[in-house]
Amino acid sequence: MKKITNITQLELIANNIRRDIITSLVCAGSGHSGGPLGMADIFTALYFNVLTHNPQKPKWEGRDRLVLSNGHICPVLYATMAQAGYFSRAELKTLRKLGSRLQGHPHREALPGLETTSGPLGSGLSQACGMAYALKMDGQANKVFCLMSDGEHNEGNTWEAVLFAAKYKLGNVVAVLDRNYIQIDGRTEDIMPLEPLAAKYRAFNWDVVTIKGNDMREVLRALNGAKKHTGKPLMIIAHTIPGRGVSFMENDYTWHGKPPTKEQGEIALAELCKIESKLQGKRCLLCRSIHEKCVCVESR
Amino acid sequence: MTELSKLKKLNKALYLDFSLEKVPTRNGYGDGLLDLGKKNKEVMVLCADLTESTRVEKFAQMYPKRFVEIGVAEQNLVTVASGLAAMGKIPFASSYACFCPGRCWEQIRTTICYNNVNVKIIGAHAGISVGPDGATHQMLEDIALMRALPNMMVIVPCDYWQTRKATMALAAYKGPGYMRFAREKTPQMTTVKTHFEIGKAQLLKEGVDVCIIGAGPVVFECLKAAQLLEEKNINAMVINCHTIKPLDEKMILNAARKCKRVVTVEEAQIAGGLGGAVAEFLSEVYPVPIKRVGVRDHYGESGSPEELLEKFGFSAKHITQEVLQLVRR
Repeated sequence: MKKITNITQLELIANNIRRDIITSLVCAGSGHSGGPLGMADIFTALYFNVLTHNPQKPKWEGRDRLVLSNGHICPVLYATMAQAGYFSRAELKTLRKLGSRLQGHPHREALPGLETTSGPLGSGLSQACGMAYALKMDGQANKVFCLMSDGEHNEGNTWEAVLFAAKYKLGNVVAVLDRNYIQIDGRTEDIMPLEPLAAKYRAFNWDVVTIKGNDMREVLRALNGAKKHTGKPLMIIAHTIPGRGVSFMENDYTWHGKPPTKEQGEIALAELCKIESKLQGKRCLLCRSIHEKCVCVESR
Repeated sequence: MTELSKLKKLNKALYLDFSLEKVPTRNGYGDGLLDLGKKNKEVMVLCADLTESTRVEKFAQMYPKRFVEIGVAEQNLVTVASGLAAMGKIPFASSYACFCPGRCWEQIRTTICYNNVNVKIIGAHAGISVGPDGATHQMLEDIALMRALPNMMVIVPCDYWQTRKATMALAAYKGPGYMRFAREKTPQMTTVKTHFEIGKAQLLKEGVDVCIIGAGPVVFECLKAAQLLEEKNINAMVINCHTIKPLDEKMILNAARKCKRVVTVEEAQIAGGLGGAVAEFLSEVYPVPIKRVGVRDHYGESGSPEELLEKFGFSAKHITQEVLQLVRR
């Protein structure tokens, strides 16, 4: 896929992905809001700039692999895949509905382009390691990106994989940790403290990079650096703002696992329209400015 | 019966003399892997710090690049296997049945079965016959755990040769599979020439009064029981039901029609195991009186394998008593 390098263009795509996340969650009536909104910039960077992939040929062997370990943030994966052309954006409205390819948690067999089935936490890094091991064994240079949550670092399975990747020097594994400090029951450092997390990874023989996960420039620099990285496995700790882009969701852990209502969705879309207007330097192209009563929910 | 043994290419001595040569089923797995190592370059073996006792040691020595030592981490064992399978490899994830699938059931469910990838789960040291290690290491619930999973196939081979052949068959079969076998030396009922096919049970003895359906090394005790029953004028059929899922429904239905009574025998909990599978099937299509011989909602304990098999009712004598109770009911 052709790489987009213009930062504003990428930010606009991320904003569109956020809108699609809100719309699909409102239609679904259930699902997770915080994580998907927080990770929209990283997903945009991956699918529109970093990954070697072809939305028309999702099974192409030369692709990089993207493993979503914390499957519950799949609204951002689906919205990004739709933007990238894996399937039509209209299908996003079927999220979590009977017969949909967009299952509540991603199922590999349901939708081409998904590398794994996930949802139960802590298993993604191991699967990414298995893929990376096989790629290394077969002398293939592709990377395996594993997107993880901070909460799933409570899981023993995660740390088993951390040990494994270091032992086999899986330099082709790039883990991207969504460090948003929230999990279902509250703040990560209250539920089960993880800090010092970067030091832990270094002590486990990983290379570690820490970035602001909602800063497109930093995200691109880190992920493109990761593409060239060799030697030890690489952990990118991305500090993100859960609910990013929607003021009343930002940094509020109660938005981890619930969707906006229709009314909340309209307010959220209006806010995202404002962001778009700002990025474009002009009025929202989609709803033509009505920021107070944005009708994006209906019209899209 | 000697005719049947010829026909099925079973051990010639099977019905003549019950003192057959004994070999551990786990050796069949180890040797099967060596056969596969040569034949199929995609086959890989993963182990969780039990290389020697699960008999994957020789494969590890001969094919070091295709052997992955995971350490004592069964959740990682099966999830790394899932990732390897996603890349076209055929991983055999090997440990003791207590730990795999015992500890990593959810990972098997989500990342292997629902994900539908080509991983083989190998549960060694299954059953009460593990002996002195005690109940923590005597896996009795694995068949039920694996059988309940959609997409999962379940094999419980009866002896060395069958385990070796089942290992080959597992690699040829595309999809998730589980095979359990035991620690101890057990009698060689089949031979290198005995046919093995996933899902096709083996008729080991014809009979009309009762059908004994066994899985695993206890099949040998079922045959001995059938001989003891002959002395009491009861002509028992014996079936080796090495594949518990998919169940050979055709053979089991015909046996039930012919014998009108069924006894199942397995070195596992009767809940959800072979007995459960047979009872569930027959109760829907052709209900006949059934007796399930197995462990009844209980844990094992330390002891010698022989003592434990006797105590928990897996000897031919005990099976005979169970059959007599059912026949005389």
